[in-house]
Amino acid sequence: MGEGVRRAASGYGVRMDTTIELTVDGHRRQLTVDTRTTLLDALRERLAVTSPKKGCDHGQCGSCTVLLDGRRHLTCLALAVAFDGSEVVTAEGLAADDALHHVQEAFLEHDGYQCGYCTPGQVCSAVGVLDEAKQGHPSHVTEDLEADVELTDDEIRERMSGNLCRCGAYPGILAAVKEAAGA
Amino acid sequence: MRELDYVRASDVEEAVALVSGDPDARYLGGGTNLVDHLKLGIARPARLVDVGRLGLDGVEEQDGPDGRVLHVGANVRNSDLAAHPVVRSAFPVLSRALLSGASGQLRHQASTGGNLLQRTRCVYFQDVTTPCNKREPGSGCSAVGGYGRQDAVLGASEHCVATHPSDMAVAMAALDAVVVVRGRQGERRVPVRELHRLPGDRPDLDTTLEHGDLVTGVELPFTDAARCSTYLKVRDRASYAFALVSVAAALELDGDVVRDVRIAWGGVAHKPWRATAAEEALTGRAVDEDAVRAAVDAELAAARTTDQTAYKLPMLRGATTRTLLRLAGKDPS
Ligand SMILES: Cc1cc2nc3c(=O)[nH]c(=O)nc-3n(C[C@H](O)[C@H](O)[C@H](O)COP(=O)(O)OP(=O)(O)OC[C@H]3O[C@@H](n4cnc5c(N)ncnc54)[C@H](O)[C@@H]3O)c2cc1C
Ligand code: SF4
Ligand code: FES
Ligand code: FES
Repeated sequence: MGEGVRRAASGYGVRMDTTIELTVDGHRRQLTVDTRTTLLDALRERLAVTSPKKGCDHGQCGSCTVLLDGRRHLTCLALAVAFDGSEVVTAEGLAADDALHHVQEAFLEHDGYQCGYCTPGQVCSAVGVLDEAKQGHPSHVTEDLEADVELTDDEIRERMSGNLCRCGAYPGILAAVKEAAGA
Repeated sequence: MRELDYVRASDVEEAVALVSGDPDARYLGGGTNLVDHLKLGIARPARLVDVGRLGLDGVEEQDGPDGRVLHVGANVRNSDLAAHPVVRSAFPVLSRALLSGASGQLRHQASTGGNLLQRTRCVYFQDVTTPCNKREPGSGCSAVGGYGRQDAVLGASEHCVATHPSDMAVAMAALDAVVVVRGRQGERRVPVRELHRLPGDRPDLDTTLEHGDLVTGVELPFTDAARCSTYLKVRDRASYAFALVSVAAALELDGDVVRDVRIAWGGVAHKPWRATAAEEALTGRAVDEDAVRAAVDAELAAARTTDQTAYKLPMLRGATTRTLLRLAGKDPS
Protein backbone atom coordinates (compact mmCIF):
# COMPACT_ATOMS: atom_id res chain seq x y z
CA MET A 1 0.00 0.00 0.00
CA GLY A 2 1.29 3.46 -0.82
CA GLU A 3 2.47 5.88 1.81
CA GLY A 4 -0.36 8.39 1.52
CA VAL A 5 -3.20 6.02 2.11
CA ARG A 6 -1.45 4.36 5.02
CA ARG A 7 -1.66 7.71 6.72
CA ALA A 8 -5.33 7.87 5.89
CA ALA A 9 -6.01 4.56 7.58
CA SER A 10 -4.82 5.98 10.88
CA GLY A 11 -7.42 8.68 10.68
CA TYR A 12 -5.71 11.49 8.79
CA GLY A 13 -7.02 12.66 5.48
CA VAL A 14 -5.06 12.76 2.28
CA ARG A 15 -5.35 16.01 0.45
CA MET A 16 -4.29 16.38 -3.11
CA ASP A 17 -1.13 14.42 -3.81
CA THR A 18 -1.08 10.83 -2.63
CA THR A 19 1.30 8.02 -3.35
CA ILE A 20 -0.34 4.75 -4.30
CA GLU A 21 0.80 1.41 -5.63
CA LEU A 22 -0.84 -0.57 -8.41
CA THR A 23 0.11 -3.77 -10.16
CA VAL A 24 -0.55 -3.03 -13.82
CA ASP A 25 -0.25 -5.83 -16.38
CA GLY A 26 2.09 -7.67 -14.06
CA HIS A 27 4.33 -4.74 -13.14
CA ARG A 28 4.36 -3.08 -9.74
CA ARG A 29 4.01 0.64 -10.25
CA GLN A 30 4.17 3.39 -7.68
CA LEU A 31 2.75 6.76 -8.54
CA THR A 32 1.71 10.01 -6.94
CA VAL A 33 -1.77 11.12 -7.86
CA ASP A 34 -4.08 13.97 -7.00
CA THR A 35 -6.97 12.51 -4.96
CA ARG A 36 -9.38 13.52 -7.76
CA THR A 37 -7.60 11.49 -10.45
CA THR A 38 -9.62 8.64 -11.90
CA LEU A 39 -8.04 5.25 -12.36
CA LEU A 40 -8.43 5.76 -16.11
CA ASP A 41 -6.44 9.01 -16.08
CA ALA A 42 -3.85 7.49 -13.75
CA LEU A 43 -3.30 4.61 -16.16
CA ARG A 44 -3.28 6.68 -19.34
CA GLU A 45 -1.76 9.99 -18.33
CA ARG A 46 0.54 8.96 -15.51
CA LEU A 47 1.60 5.42 -16.37
CA ALA A 48 1.30 5.67 -20.17
CA VAL A 49 -0.84 2.54 -20.22
CA THR A 50 -3.12 3.58 -23.05
CA SER A 51 -5.08 0.47 -23.95
CA PRO A 52 -8.05 1.46 -21.77
CA LYS A 53 -9.75 4.22 -23.75
CA LYS A 54 -11.69 7.28 -22.68
CA GLY A 55 -14.98 7.27 -24.55
CA CYS A 56 -17.64 8.99 -22.48
CA ASP A 57 -15.89 9.39 -19.08
CA HIS A 58 -19.32 8.85 -17.42
CA GLY A 59 -19.78 5.09 -17.22
CA GLN A 60 -21.91 4.89 -20.34
CA CYS A 61 -19.73 3.23 -23.01
CA GLY A 62 -17.40 0.60 -21.54
CA SER A 63 -14.29 1.60 -23.51
CA CYS A 64 -12.34 2.12 -20.27
CA THR A 65 -12.97 -1.45 -19.04
CA VAL A 66 -10.12 -3.33 -17.37
CA LEU A 67 -9.96 -6.36 -15.11
CA LEU A 68 -9.55 -5.03 -11.60
CA ASP A 69 -8.66 -7.63 -9.00
CA GLY A 70 -9.94 -10.17 -11.50
CA ARG A 71 -13.30 -8.62 -12.41
CA ARG A 72 -14.34 -6.28 -15.20
CA HIS A 73 -14.56 -2.69 -14.04
CA LEU A 74 -14.96 0.75 -15.53
CA THR A 75 -11.97 2.91 -14.70
CA CYS A 76 -13.57 6.27 -15.50
CA LEU A 77 -15.86 6.14 -12.44
CA ALA A 78 -13.15 4.93 -10.08
CA LEU A 79 -10.86 7.22 -8.09
CA ALA A 80 -7.30 5.93 -8.24
CA VAL A 81 -6.69 6.49 -4.50
CA ALA A 82 -9.54 4.13 -3.68
CA PHE A 83 -7.74 1.30 -5.49
CA ASP A 84 -4.35 1.57 -3.85
CA GLY A 85 -2.89 -1.94 -3.74
CA SER A 86 -5.12 -3.32 -6.52
CA GLU A 87 -4.19 -5.43 -9.49
CA VAL A 88 -5.14 -4.10 -12.91
CA VAL A 89 -5.02 -6.13 -16.10
CA THR A 90 -5.66 -4.22 -19.30
CA ALA A 91 -6.20 -5.66 -22.77
CA GLU A 92 -2.48 -5.17 -23.36
CA GLY A 93 -1.61 -7.30 -20.37
CA LEU A 94 -3.85 -10.18 -21.43
CA ALA A 95 -1.34 -11.22 -24.06
CA ALA A 96 1.55 -13.32 -22.77
CA ASP A 97 4.79 -12.38 -24.55
CA ASP A 98 4.02 -13.01 -28.23
CA ALA A 99 0.92 -15.11 -27.72
CA LEU A 100 -2.43 -13.37 -27.79
CA HIS A 101 -5.12 -14.32 -25.31
CA HIS A 102 -7.69 -16.65 -26.90
CA VAL A 103 -10.34 -13.91 -26.65
CA GLN A 104 -8.05 -11.57 -28.59
CA GLU A 105 -7.47 -14.28 -31.20
CA ALA A 106 -11.21 -14.71 -31.57
CA PHE A 107 -11.71 -10.95 -32.11
CA LEU A 108 -9.06 -11.05 -34.85
CA GLU A 109 -10.54 -14.07 -36.50
CA HIS A 110 -14.11 -12.74 -36.56
CA ASP A 111 -13.39 -9.07 -37.31
CA GLY A 112 -14.77 -8.03 -33.94
CA TYR A 113 -13.85 -4.40 -34.61
CA GLN A 114 -13.48 -1.77 -37.23
CA CYS A 115 -11.64 1.32 -35.93
CA GLY A 116 -10.54 -0.56 -32.80
CA TYR A 117 -11.28 2.19 -30.28
CA CYS A 118 -13.73 0.15 -28.23
CA THR A 119 -11.83 -3.09 -28.68
CA PRO A 120 -9.57 -3.17 -25.59
CA GLY A 121 -12.67 -2.59 -23.45
CA GLN A 122 -14.65 -5.20 -25.38
CA VAL A 123 -11.89 -7.75 -24.95
CA CYS A 124 -11.54 -7.19 -21.20
CA SER A 125 -15.31 -7.30 -20.83
CA ALA A 126 -15.51 -10.55 -22.80
CA VAL A 127 -12.88 -12.14 -20.54
CA GLY A 128 -15.04 -11.08 -17.59
CA VAL A 129 -18.18 -12.48 -19.21
CA LEU A 130 -16.60 -15.89 -19.72
CA ASP A 131 -15.45 -15.98 -16.12
CA GLU A 132 -18.85 -14.91 -14.75
CA ALA A 133 -20.58 -17.57 -16.86
CA LYS A 134 -18.16 -20.17 -15.55
CA GLN A 135 -19.11 -19.15 -12.02
CA GLY A 136 -22.78 -19.57 -12.90
CA HIS A 137 -23.78 -15.92 -12.65
CA PRO A 138 -27.21 -15.41 -14.24
CA SER A 139 -28.08 -12.43 -16.44
CA HIS A 140 -31.18 -10.38 -17.20
CA VAL A 141 -32.16 -12.79 -20.01
CA THR A 142 -31.53 -16.01 -18.08
CA GLU A 143 -34.85 -17.85 -18.04
CA ASP A 144 -34.18 -20.01 -14.97
CA LEU A 145 -32.17 -18.18 -12.33
CA GLU A 146 -31.03 -21.43 -10.77
CA ALA A 147 -29.98 -23.34 -13.90
CA ASP A 148 -26.47 -23.57 -15.36
CA VAL A 149 -25.49 -20.75 -17.67
CA GLU A 150 -25.36 -21.41 -21.38
CA LEU A 151 -23.85 -18.60 -23.43
CA THR A 152 -26.45 -18.32 -26.18
CA ASP A 153 -26.45 -15.35 -28.57
CA ASP A 154 -29.01 -13.56 -26.41
CA GLU A 155 -26.95 -14.19 -23.28
CA ILE A 156 -23.80 -12.83 -24.93
CA ARG A 157 -25.60 -9.74 -26.26
CA GLU A 158 -27.04 -8.99 -22.83
CA ARG A 159 -23.80 -9.61 -20.95
CA MET A 160 -21.79 -7.46 -23.39
CA SER A 161 -24.35 -4.62 -23.40
CA GLY A 162 -22.10 -2.38 -21.28
CA ASN A 163 -19.66 -2.05 -24.17
CA LEU A 164 -20.81 0.15 -27.02
CA CYS A 165 -19.23 0.07 -30.47
CA ARG A 166 -19.68 3.15 -32.60
CA CYS A 167 -18.58 1.25 -35.69
CA GLY A 168 -21.34 -1.28 -35.09
CA ALA A 169 -19.04 -4.28 -35.19
CA TYR A 170 -21.52 -6.17 -33.03
CA PRO A 171 -21.99 -9.21 -35.30
CA GLY A 172 -18.23 -9.81 -35.25
CA ILE A 173 -18.00 -9.21 -31.52
CA LEU A 174 -20.83 -11.66 -30.90
CA ALA A 175 -19.17 -14.28 -33.09
CA ALA A 176 -15.83 -13.74 -31.34
CA VAL A 177 -17.23 -14.08 -27.84
CA LYS A 178 -19.22 -17.11 -28.89
CA GLU A 179 -16.16 -18.81 -30.24
CA ALA A 180 -14.08 -17.90 -27.19
CA ALA A 181 -16.85 -19.30 -24.97
CA GLY A 182 -16.66 -22.61 -26.78
CA ALA A 183 -12.88 -22.78 -26.59
CA MET B 1 -13.56 19.82 -9.21
CA ARG B 2 -12.98 21.13 -5.71
CA GLU B 3 -9.90 20.09 -3.75
CA LEU B 4 -10.66 16.79 -2.18
CA ASP B 5 -9.57 15.11 0.99
CA TYR B 6 -9.71 11.30 0.85
CA VAL B 7 -9.97 9.17 3.98
CA ARG B 8 -10.25 5.44 4.19
CA ALA B 9 -12.18 4.85 7.39
CA SER B 10 -10.87 2.00 9.52
CA ASP B 11 -14.18 1.11 11.15
CA VAL B 12 -17.86 2.03 11.21
CA GLU B 13 -17.56 4.30 14.27
CA GLU B 14 -14.75 6.29 12.70
CA ALA B 15 -16.63 6.62 9.42
CA VAL B 16 -19.78 7.91 11.13
CA ALA B 17 -17.81 10.34 13.30
CA LEU B 18 -15.91 11.70 10.28
CA VAL B 19 -18.97 12.35 8.14
CA SER B 20 -21.51 13.40 10.75
CA GLY B 21 -19.05 15.92 12.19
CA ASP B 22 -18.36 17.57 8.84
CA PRO B 23 -21.11 19.00 6.60
CA ASP B 24 -18.72 18.92 3.63
CA ALA B 25 -17.91 15.21 3.98
CA ARG B 26 -19.56 12.38 2.05
CA TYR B 27 -19.34 8.61 2.06
CA LEU B 28 -17.78 6.96 -0.96
CA GLY B 29 -19.12 3.51 -1.88
CA GLY B 30 -18.44 2.06 -5.31
CA GLY B 31 -18.29 5.60 -6.63
CA THR B 32 -20.32 4.95 -9.77
CA ASN B 33 -22.78 7.73 -8.95
CA LEU B 34 -20.72 9.98 -6.69
CA VAL B 35 -17.60 10.14 -8.89
CA ASP B 36 -19.82 11.04 -11.83
CA HIS B 37 -21.38 13.79 -9.71
CA LEU B 38 -17.95 15.12 -8.73
CA LYS B 39 -17.09 15.43 -12.41
CA LEU B 40 -20.41 17.07 -13.27
CA GLY B 41 -20.12 19.52 -10.38
CA ILE B 42 -23.37 18.26 -8.83
CA ALA B 43 -21.60 17.13 -5.65
CA ARG B 44 -18.88 19.36 -4.21
CA PRO B 45 -17.69 17.66 -1.03
CA ALA B 46 -14.39 18.68 0.56
CA ARG B 47 -13.81 15.20 1.95
CA LEU B 48 -14.66 11.67 0.92
CA VAL B 49 -14.79 8.96 3.53
CA ASP B 50 -14.32 5.66 1.72
CA VAL B 51 -16.46 2.94 3.28
CA GLY B 52 -15.70 0.41 0.56
CA ARG B 53 -13.21 -1.56 2.63
CA LEU B 54 -15.03 -1.59 5.94
CA GLY B 55 -16.09 -5.21 5.58
CA LEU B 56 -19.92 -5.11 5.65
CA ASP B 57 -19.75 -7.52 2.73
CA GLY B 58 -21.46 -10.62 4.06
CA VAL B 59 -24.79 -12.18 3.07
CA GLU B 60 -26.10 -14.22 6.00
CA GLU B 61 -29.30 -15.74 7.29
CA GLN B 62 -30.19 -14.33 10.70
CA ASP B 63 -33.01 -14.25 13.24
CA GLY B 64 -34.45 -10.75 13.14
CA PRO B 65 -36.91 -9.25 15.65
CA ASP B 66 -39.81 -10.29 13.36
CA GLY B 67 -38.54 -13.62 12.10
CA ARG B 68 -35.91 -15.03 9.82
CA VAL B 69 -34.14 -12.58 7.51
CA LEU B 70 -31.33 -12.53 5.00
CA HIS B 71 -28.89 -9.84 6.10
CA VAL B 72 -27.04 -8.17 3.23
CA GLY B 73 -24.00 -6.02 4.07
CA ALA B 74 -23.92 -2.51 2.59
CA ASN B 75 -20.75 -3.30 0.64
CA VAL B 76 -22.09 -6.39 -1.09
CA ARG B 77 -21.71 -5.62 -4.79
CA ASN B 78 -24.80 -5.65 -6.99
CA SER B 79 -23.39 -8.52 -9.09
CA ASP B 80 -22.65 -10.68 -6.07
CA LEU B 81 -26.06 -10.05 -4.54
CA ALA B 82 -27.84 -10.92 -7.79
CA ALA B 83 -25.86 -14.16 -8.10
CA HIS B 84 -26.17 -15.23 -4.47
CA PRO B 85 -27.87 -18.65 -4.36
CA VAL B 86 -30.26 -17.72 -1.53
CA VAL B 87 -31.29 -14.52 -3.30
CA ARG B 88 -31.88 -16.40 -6.54
CA SER B 89 -34.12 -18.96 -4.88
CA ALA B 90 -35.82 -17.06 -2.03
CA PHE B 91 -35.92 -13.51 -3.48
CA PRO B 92 -35.89 -13.84 -7.28
CA VAL B 93 -37.42 -10.37 -7.69
CA LEU B 94 -34.24 -8.92 -6.21
CA SER B 95 -31.92 -10.88 -8.50
CA ARG B 96 -34.01 -9.88 -11.50
CA ALA B 97 -34.12 -6.20 -10.52
CA LEU B 98 -30.36 -6.06 -9.97
CA LEU B 99 -29.62 -7.87 -13.24
CA SER B 100 -31.81 -5.42 -15.15
CA GLY B 101 -29.77 -2.46 -13.89
CA ALA B 102 -26.71 -0.79 -15.42
CA SER B 103 -24.08 -3.14 -16.96
CA GLY B 104 -21.92 -6.10 -15.96
CA GLN B 105 -19.02 -3.81 -15.12
CA LEU B 106 -21.08 -1.33 -13.11
CA ARG B 107 -22.76 -4.10 -11.13
CA HIS B 108 -19.33 -5.28 -9.93
CA GLN B 109 -18.64 -1.76 -8.68
CA ALA B 110 -22.00 -0.63 -7.30
CA SER B 111 -22.64 -1.39 -3.63
CA THR B 112 -25.94 -2.19 -1.92
CA GLY B 113 -25.74 0.99 0.18
CA GLY B 114 -24.76 3.21 -2.74
CA ASN B 115 -27.46 1.78 -4.99
CA LEU B 116 -30.15 2.66 -2.43
CA LEU B 117 -28.81 6.20 -2.17
CA GLN B 118 -28.12 6.91 -5.84
CA ARG B 119 -29.68 10.15 -7.01
CA THR B 120 -32.21 10.91 -9.72
CA ARG B 121 -31.27 10.82 -13.41
CA CYS B 122 -33.45 13.90 -14.13
CA VAL B 123 -31.57 15.56 -17.00
CA TYR B 124 -31.81 19.00 -15.40
CA PHE B 125 -30.52 17.75 -12.06
CA GLN B 126 -27.46 16.52 -13.94
CA ASP B 127 -26.93 19.80 -15.80
CA VAL B 128 -25.58 22.46 -13.46
CA THR B 129 -26.37 25.23 -15.96
CA THR B 130 -30.13 24.81 -15.41
CA PRO B 131 -32.33 25.63 -12.39
CA CYS B 132 -33.16 22.63 -10.20
CA ASN B 133 -34.72 22.67 -6.74
CA LYS B 134 -33.13 19.37 -5.84
CA ARG B 135 -29.61 20.51 -6.66
CA GLU B 136 -30.06 24.15 -5.66
CA PRO B 137 -33.05 24.69 -3.35
CA GLY B 138 -35.22 27.59 -4.43
CA SER B 139 -33.78 27.88 -7.94
CA GLY B 140 -36.90 26.43 -9.60
CA CYS B 141 -37.69 23.23 -11.45
CA SER B 142 -36.68 23.07 -15.11
CA ALA B 143 -38.56 19.82 -15.66
CA VAL B 144 -41.97 21.41 -15.12
CA GLY B 145 -42.83 22.55 -18.63
CA GLY B 146 -39.52 21.18 -19.96
CA TYR B 147 -38.43 17.77 -21.16
CA GLY B 148 -40.48 15.44 -19.04
CA ARG B 149 -40.75 11.98 -20.49
CA GLN B 150 -39.19 10.37 -17.41
CA ASP B 151 -41.18 12.40 -14.89
CA ALA B 152 -43.21 11.14 -11.96
CA VAL B 153 -46.94 10.42 -12.25
CA LEU B 154 -47.54 9.76 -8.55
CA GLY B 155 -46.68 11.79 -5.46
CA ALA B 156 -44.88 14.63 -7.27
CA SER B 157 -45.04 18.26 -6.19
CA GLU B 158 -44.84 21.58 -8.00
CA HIS B 159 -41.26 21.78 -6.72
CA CYS B 160 -39.97 18.51 -8.20
CA VAL B 161 -41.28 15.84 -10.55
CA ALA B 162 -38.19 13.61 -10.59
CA THR B 163 -38.23 9.82 -10.27
CA HIS B 164 -36.00 7.55 -8.24
CA PRO B 165 -33.77 5.56 -10.61
CA SER B 166 -32.93 2.40 -8.64
CA ASP B 167 -34.27 -0.96 -9.76
CA MET B 168 -32.94 -2.70 -6.66
CA ALA B 169 -34.83 -0.38 -4.33
CA VAL B 170 -38.13 -1.18 -6.06
CA ALA B 171 -37.61 -4.90 -5.44
CA MET B 172 -36.66 -4.18 -1.84
CA ALA B 173 -39.83 -2.11 -1.36
CA ALA B 174 -41.91 -5.06 -2.54
CA LEU B 175 -40.00 -7.34 -0.16
CA ASP B 176 -40.57 -5.05 2.88
CA ALA B 177 -36.82 -4.88 3.38
CA VAL B 178 -35.43 -3.06 6.39
CA VAL B 179 -32.38 -0.82 6.12
CA VAL B 180 -29.91 -0.98 8.99
CA VAL B 181 -28.47 2.47 9.66
CA ARG B 182 -25.70 3.59 11.98
CA GLY B 183 -25.86 7.22 13.00
CA ARG B 184 -24.48 9.40 15.74
CA GLN B 185 -27.08 8.00 18.15
CA GLY B 186 -26.23 4.39 17.37
CA GLU B 187 -27.99 1.80 15.25
CA ARG B 188 -31.57 1.95 14.02
CA ARG B 189 -33.69 0.12 11.47
CA VAL B 190 -35.63 1.94 8.80
CA PRO B 191 -38.16 0.11 6.59
CA VAL B 192 -37.00 0.70 3.04
CA ARG B 193 -40.47 2.08 2.27
CA GLU B 194 -39.73 4.88 4.73
CA LEU B 195 -36.18 5.48 3.54
CA HIS B 196 -36.98 7.49 0.42
CA ARG B 197 -39.40 10.40 0.62
CA LEU B 198 -41.76 12.33 -1.62
CA PRO B 199 -40.44 15.71 -2.75
CA GLY B 200 -43.03 18.06 -1.19
CA ASP B 201 -41.33 21.41 -0.70
CA ARG B 202 -37.94 19.83 0.12
CA PRO B 203 -36.88 18.02 -3.04
CA ASP B 204 -33.26 18.49 -1.99
CA LEU B 205 -33.87 15.69 0.52
CA ASP B 206 -34.04 12.30 -1.23
CA THR B 207 -34.34 10.31 1.96
CA THR B 208 -35.26 10.49 5.62
CA LEU B 209 -31.63 9.88 6.64
CA GLU B 210 -29.59 12.53 8.39
CA HIS B 211 -26.20 13.70 7.28
CA GLY B 212 -23.67 11.18 8.55
CA ASP B 213 -26.07 8.23 8.72
CA LEU B 214 -24.25 5.19 7.36
CA VAL B 215 -26.18 2.34 5.77
CA THR B 216 -24.53 -0.80 7.14
CA GLY B 217 -26.88 -3.38 5.67
CA VAL B 218 -30.33 -4.43 4.53
CA GLU B 219 -32.52 -7.19 5.97
CA LEU B 220 -34.80 -9.19 3.71
CA PRO B 221 -37.60 -11.06 5.53
CA PHE B 222 -38.18 -14.59 4.22
CA THR B 223 -41.83 -15.00 3.14
CA ASP B 224 -43.75 -17.37 0.88
CA ALA B 225 -44.66 -14.50 -1.43
CA ALA B 226 -40.97 -13.53 -1.84
CA ARG B 227 -40.20 -17.00 -3.26
CA CYS B 228 -42.80 -16.43 -5.96
CA SER B 229 -41.68 -13.01 -7.15
CA THR B 230 -40.32 -11.30 -10.23
CA TYR B 231 -39.40 -7.98 -11.82
CA LEU B 232 -40.43 -6.51 -15.14
CA LYS B 233 -38.64 -3.46 -16.47
CA VAL B 234 -39.82 -1.46 -19.48
CA ARG B 235 -37.22 0.72 -21.15
CA ASP B 236 -36.22 2.39 -24.40
CA ARG B 237 -33.72 -0.31 -25.31
CA ALA B 238 -33.34 -3.94 -24.30
CA SER B 239 -30.39 -3.42 -21.97
CA TYR B 240 -28.23 -0.80 -20.21
CA ALA B 241 -31.00 1.76 -19.79
CA PHE B 242 -33.00 3.11 -16.88
CA ALA B 243 -36.64 2.13 -16.47
CA LEU B 244 -39.51 4.05 -18.01
CA VAL B 245 -41.67 2.05 -15.63
CA SER B 246 -40.99 -1.15 -13.75
CA VAL B 247 -42.97 -3.62 -11.66
CA ALA B 248 -41.75 -5.70 -8.73
CA ALA B 249 -44.33 -8.22 -7.56
CA ALA B 250 -44.56 -11.09 -5.10
CA LEU B 251 -47.52 -13.41 -4.84
CA GLU B 252 -48.79 -16.10 -2.52
CA LEU B 253 -51.96 -17.90 -3.58
CA ASP B 254 -54.39 -19.94 -1.53
CA GLY B 255 -55.78 -22.21 -4.19
CA ASP B 256 -56.94 -19.75 -6.80
CA VAL B 257 -57.24 -16.82 -4.49
CA VAL B 258 -54.65 -14.22 -3.47
CA ARG B 259 -53.51 -14.63 0.14
CA ASP B 260 -50.58 -12.19 -0.01
CA VAL B 261 -49.54 -9.88 -2.81
CA ARG B 262 -46.93 -7.13 -2.90
CA ILE B 263 -46.59 -4.74 -5.80
CA ALA B 264 -44.02 -1.95 -6.13
CA TRP B 265 -43.50 0.34 -9.11
CA GLY B 266 -40.36 2.05 -10.34
CA GLY B 267 -40.09 5.03 -12.65
CA VAL B 268 -43.32 6.57 -11.40
CA ALA B 269 -42.39 8.56 -8.30
CA HIS B 270 -39.67 10.21 -6.23
CA LYS B 271 -39.46 6.92 -4.33
CA PRO B 272 -40.16 3.26 -5.07
CA TRP B 273 -43.97 3.24 -5.11
CA ARG B 274 -45.68 0.52 -3.14
CA ALA B 275 -49.11 0.03 -4.75
CA THR B 276 -51.04 -0.67 -1.57
CA ALA B 277 -54.47 0.19 -2.99
CA ALA B 278 -53.88 -2.32 -5.79
CA GLU B 279 -52.72 -4.93 -3.28
CA GLU B 280 -55.89 -4.47 -1.20
CA ALA B 281 -58.09 -4.70 -4.26
CA LEU B 282 -56.50 -8.02 -5.24
CA THR B 283 -56.33 -9.72 -1.87
CA GLY B 284 -58.92 -12.48 -1.59
CA ARG B 285 -59.60 -12.50 -5.32
CA ALA B 286 -58.57 -14.73 -8.17
CA VAL B 287 -55.80 -13.35 -10.40
CA ASP B 288 -57.22 -12.63 -13.82
CA GLU B 289 -56.81 -9.82 -16.28
CA ASP B 290 -59.91 -7.91 -15.18
CA ALA B 291 -59.06 -8.11 -11.50
CA VAL B 292 -55.50 -6.85 -12.02
CA ARG B 293 -56.60 -4.03 -14.29
CA ALA B 294 -59.18 -2.91 -11.76
CA ALA B 295 -56.61 -3.08 -8.99
CA VAL B 296 -54.08 -1.03 -10.97
CA ASP B 297 -56.76 1.54 -11.76
CA ALA B 298 -57.57 1.84 -8.06
CA GLU B 299 -53.91 2.73 -7.45
CA LEU B 300 -53.72 5.07 -10.42
CA ALA B 301 -56.77 7.08 -9.35
CA ALA B 302 -54.30 9.48 -7.73
CA ALA B 303 -52.01 9.69 -10.79
CA ARG B 304 -51.33 13.04 -12.46
CA THR B 305 -49.93 12.98 -15.97
CA THR B 306 -48.82 15.41 -18.66
CA ASP B 307 -48.78 14.91 -22.42
CA GLN B 308 -45.27 13.56 -21.99
CA THR B 309 -46.00 11.09 -19.17
CA ALA B 310 -49.51 9.90 -20.08
CA TYR B 311 -47.97 6.83 -21.74
CA LYS B 312 -46.86 5.53 -18.36
CA LEU B 313 -50.37 4.60 -17.19
CA PRO B 314 -51.25 2.06 -19.90
CA MET B 315 -47.67 0.82 -19.67
CA LEU B 316 -48.07 0.20 -15.93
CA ARG B 317 -51.40 -1.52 -16.49
CA GLY B 318 -49.90 -3.82 -19.08
CA ALA B 319 -46.70 -4.54 -17.18
CA THR B 320 -48.47 -5.21 -13.88
CA THR B 321 -51.03 -7.49 -15.50
CA ARG B 322 -48.39 -9.46 -17.29
CA THR B 323 -46.27 -9.81 -14.17
CA LEU B 324 -49.07 -11.02 -11.91
CA LEU B 325 -50.57 -13.41 -14.45
CA ARG B 326 -47.13 -14.89 -14.93
CA LEU B 327 -46.62 -15.33 -11.17
CA ALA B 328 -50.07 -16.95 -10.94
CA GLY B 329 -49.01 -19.44 -13.61
CA LYS B 330 -51.44 -18.02 -16.17
CA ASP B 331 -48.86 -16.91 -18.68
CA PRO B 332 -50.43 -14.21 -20.83
CA SER B 333 -49.84 -14.61 -24.54
C1 LIG C 1 -24.33 4.33 -17.23
C2 LIG C 1 -25.07 3.94 -15.98
C3 LIG C 1 -26.24 3.21 -16.08
C4 LIG C 1 -26.93 2.85 -14.93
N1 LIG C 1 -28.10 2.14 -15.05
C5 LIG C 1 -28.80 1.81 -13.95
C6 LIG C 1 -30.03 1.10 -14.03
O1 LIG C 1 -30.49 0.75 -15.12
N2 LIG C 1 -30.69 0.81 -12.89
C7 LIG C 1 -30.20 1.18 -11.66
O2 LIG C 1 -30.84 0.88 -10.66
N3 LIG C 1 -29.06 1.86 -11.54
C8 LIG C 1 -28.34 2.18 -12.66
N4 LIG C 1 -27.18 2.89 -12.53
C9 LIG C 1 -26.83 3.44 -11.23
C10 LIG C 1 -26.01 2.54 -10.36
O3 LIG C 1 -26.81 1.46 -9.95
C11 LIG C 1 -25.55 3.36 -9.16
O4 LIG C 1 -24.62 4.32 -9.61
C12 LIG C 1 -24.91 2.53 -8.08
O5 LIG C 1 -25.82 1.57 -7.59
C13 LIG C 1 -24.44 3.39 -6.93
O6 LIG C 1 -23.71 2.60 -6.01
P1 LIG C 1 -22.22 2.98 -5.59
O7 LIG C 1 -21.78 2.02 -4.55
O8 LIG C 1 -21.36 3.13 -6.77
O9 LIG C 1 -22.51 4.39 -4.92
P2 LIG C 1 -21.64 5.71 -4.78
O10 LIG C 1 -21.54 6.41 -6.06
O11 LIG C 1 -20.37 5.42 -4.05
O12 LIG C 1 -22.58 6.51 -3.79
C14 LIG C 1 -23.88 6.94 -4.12
C15 LIG C 1 -24.42 7.77 -2.95
O13 LIG C 1 -24.61 6.95 -1.80
C16 LIG C 1 -23.82 7.42 -0.70
N5 LIG C 1 -23.35 6.20 -0.04
C17 LIG C 1 -22.63 5.18 -0.59
N6 LIG C 1 -22.51 4.17 0.29
C18 LIG C 1 -23.16 4.55 1.42
C19 LIG C 1 -23.44 3.92 2.69
N7 LIG C 1 -23.00 2.69 2.97
N8 LIG C 1 -24.16 4.60 3.61
C20 LIG C 1 -24.60 5.85 3.34
N9 LIG C 1 -24.39 6.50 2.17
C21 LIG C 1 -23.70 5.84 1.22
C22 LIG C 1 -22.74 8.28 -1.32
O14 LIG C 1 -22.31 9.29 -0.42
C23 LIG C 1 -23.46 8.87 -2.51
O15 LIG C 1 -24.25 9.96 -2.12
C24 LIG C 1 -26.44 3.23 -13.66
C25 LIG C 1 -25.26 3.95 -13.55
C26 LIG C 1 -24.56 4.31 -14.69
C27 LIG C 1 -23.29 5.09 -14.55
S1 SF4 D 1 -37.70 17.47 -11.41
FE1 SF4 D 1 -36.59 17.69 -9.48
S2 SF4 D 1 -34.54 17.05 -10.04
FE2 SF4 D 1 -35.55 17.56 -11.99
S3 SF4 D 1 -35.19 19.76 -12.35
FE3 SF4 D 1 -37.07 19.64 -11.21
S4 SF4 D 1 -36.37 19.89 -9.08
FE4 SF4 D 1 -34.58 19.30 -10.27
S1 FES E 1 -15.07 6.00 -20.65
FE1 FES E 1 -15.63 4.76 -18.97
S2 FES E 1 -17.55 3.98 -19.59
FE2 FES E 1 -17.10 5.40 -21.18
S1 FES F 1 -14.54 -0.80 -33.51
FE1 FES F 1 -14.86 1.34 -33.72
S2 FES F 1 -15.96 1.76 -31.91
FE2 FES F 1 -15.96 -0.37 -31.91
